[in-house]
Amino acid sequence: MTSQSRLRRRTVLTTLAAFSMGLAVSCAPSSPDVATSPSTDAMSSPAGGGGGSATLSGAGASFPAPVYQRWFADYNKANPGVQISYQSVGSGAGVEQFQAGTVDFGATDAPLKAEDRAKFKAKYGAEPIQIPMTGGSVVFAYNLDGVKDLKLSREAYCGIAAGKITNWSDPAIAKANAGATIPDQPIEFVHRSDGSGTTYQFTSHLKAACPDWTAGANKSVQWPAGTGAKGNEGVTAQVQQTPGAIGYVEYSYAKENGLTMAAIENKSGKIVAPSPEGGAAAFEGETVPADLALEVPDSSNPNAYPISGLTWLLLYPEYKDTAKSAALKEVIDWSLTTGKATASELGYVPLEASLVTKVNAELDKVK
Amino acid sequence: MTSLTTAPAETLIDSSTKFQPERQINQIFRWLTIALAVCVGLVLLWITYSLLLIALPAIRTFGLGFLTNSTWNPVEEIYGVFPQIYGTILSSFLALLFAVPLGVGVAVFLTENFLPPKILTPIAFIMELLAAIPSVVYGLWGIFVFLPAIRPILQGINRAFGWIPFFSTTPGGRHLFGASLVLAIMILPTIVAISRDTMSSLPPQLRQGSYGLGATRWETITRVLVPAGLSGIIGSVMLALGRALGETMALAMLVGNANNANISWFSPASTIASLIANQFGEASGLQKSSLFYGALILMVLTLLVNILAQMVVSRFQQVE
Repeated sequence: MTSQSRLRRRTVLTTLAAFSMGLAVSCAPSSPDVATSPSTDAMSSPAGGGGGSATLSGAGASFPAPVYQRWFADYNKANPGVQISYQSVGSGAGVEQFQAGTVDFGATDAPLKAEDRAKFKAKYGAEPIQIPMTGGSVVFAYNLDGVKDLKLSREAYCGIAAGKITNWSDPAIAKANAGATIPDQPIEFVHRSDGSGTTYQFTSHLKAACPDWTAGANKSVQWPAGTGAKGNEGVTAQVQQTPGAIGYVEYSYAKENGLTMAAIENKSGKIVAPSPEGGAAAFEGETVPADLALEVPDSSNPNAYPISGLTWLLLYPEYKDTAKSAALKEVIDWSLTTGKATASELGYVPLEASLVTKVNAELDKVK
Repeated sequence: MTSLTTAPAETLIDSSTKFQPERQINQIFRWLTIALAVCVGLVLLWITYSLLLIALPAIRTFGLGFLTNSTWNPVEEIYGVFPQIYGTILSSFLALLFAVPLGVGVAVFLTENFLPPKILTPIAFIMELLAAIPSVVYGLWGIFVFLPAIRPILQGINRAFGWIPFFSTTPGGRHLFGASLVLAIMILPTIVAISRDTMSSLPPQLRQGSYGLGATRWETITRVLVPAGLSGIIGSVMLALGRALGETMALAMLVGNANNANISWFSPASTIASLIANQFGEASGLQKSSLFYGALILMVLTLLVNILAQMVVSRFQQVE
């Protein structure tokens, strides 16, 4: 009896197995045409777009993430063989993953420090390659009833960030805004609470421009005043809800969200409203160092919007897979030429021609 | 069909022959559970060990001065978490100040027959749903709805009672007090659910006896039922405190993240968990190590709270 029931159980099992196999088999015929189509695409793409086939992964800065993701997606549309994924994990983590070799490229808002370079050289036997991709500006977004175009003198915004100017009725603010009625209201300064390339750009400028700025320049600093909010979105939310609040956010973010931005006084004493042109002017005529780590914390160009900075991709000098390095070079070249319009559309500062030439020379070093 | 009639005999034989294997299964099961229990302990030790390992450079550099130093300066690499410890403890304390009376009150209300169960059950269900809301949603709600809504009230309190140090600063967009109120709502379901279970599992004789002696309902609740359920209520409060101490996302969004320990509840502050959540992404070197040191301190703090809870609960159980 037992053997009989066992036998029966076995037949049930075999039928089940046969059934499921049948399912698998019946599914199989339909798959080939699905599977083949991308591969034929990939075969035909080199002829069309010029890119080979490679899968690249990168990680790093969150500030340029929107433009990177857009570039990589657009490039992938034109060259379906090349797939690039980008994780916006922050510059610090980007550099770390780049050093560890877990990504194909890193991205950072602050150029590599000398110690990072030394560490890289010790591990890989060659200098890392640093490519500026785009630039951006940091703007003051504010919330003041009835004030549309706020102008801030150096004295005013330095004082606000340092916590020395605490009311909108301060004479330092009134002086630059003759004719406008500025309410008598306490100022609430909002800064980033998380470490960020935006903060690095902002504090680099404050350090260069404000004589009484003592907190230094870094991705996060010890703020003398104000409240902290996480991310551009956090600062924006707090500014929008608090009458009398002013905070700094990245220009592309402010533009996309239609924030009211203040015009600020630059080194030559001119009051400049933020714009991609103003941002680009900040880098005009500056001498580019050999490692392309061009930083202009306070441009002396009279047309420059002074709080502007570049952001970099980090590449290895040599890739084992030459298809990868070829694709990577191709993507960067495409982004800096064809992708230029996308960058300005998103509010980023495209690189000027002389810098692009230098980038191309640097790219040639990548093997 | 034929197999049906013989089935009982078959099972009888089976069970007698299976006696030996079943005993083995029992043994195996016993060891399996022991192994799993040990695994949980090992994971805790592992986490502590790895925290300690990464925190070591910061522990070496700053020592115990880390606990009393108020500087968090990534530029000069000087770190201390006094404002964060202060913010963590104060925000949890304020949250308990609001959540405990409210939570115990709701628990009593739900276990007394003030209203028919048809109404009470949905209320209890809604209370439990509060626990299911993710903390990031509480954070967003706090930013966009709650804090702007209570701002005029707090400004009024500041104008009227500004001479009391706790209310001495003008409330801005983010402050410790508002964050603590949201925290109170977050820990409320923990207090309600456990206190309610304790109260409803009290022996009915207690209530009957109290009424039989001529006590009013108020006297029964305050003198008999709540004292009898005290160990459970305290347990719930300690669990809630544990959650409040470690709450990260909502506080990072609401507390203002200012590195200062201000006596005023209306000023922006910072907690250990919010500091870690904010700065971890871009931290490296000594800063990262200091964040891990902070995490270690938070862990010890939570551990102390739990030990305290165990002691208090066992004390009250002995009294019973």
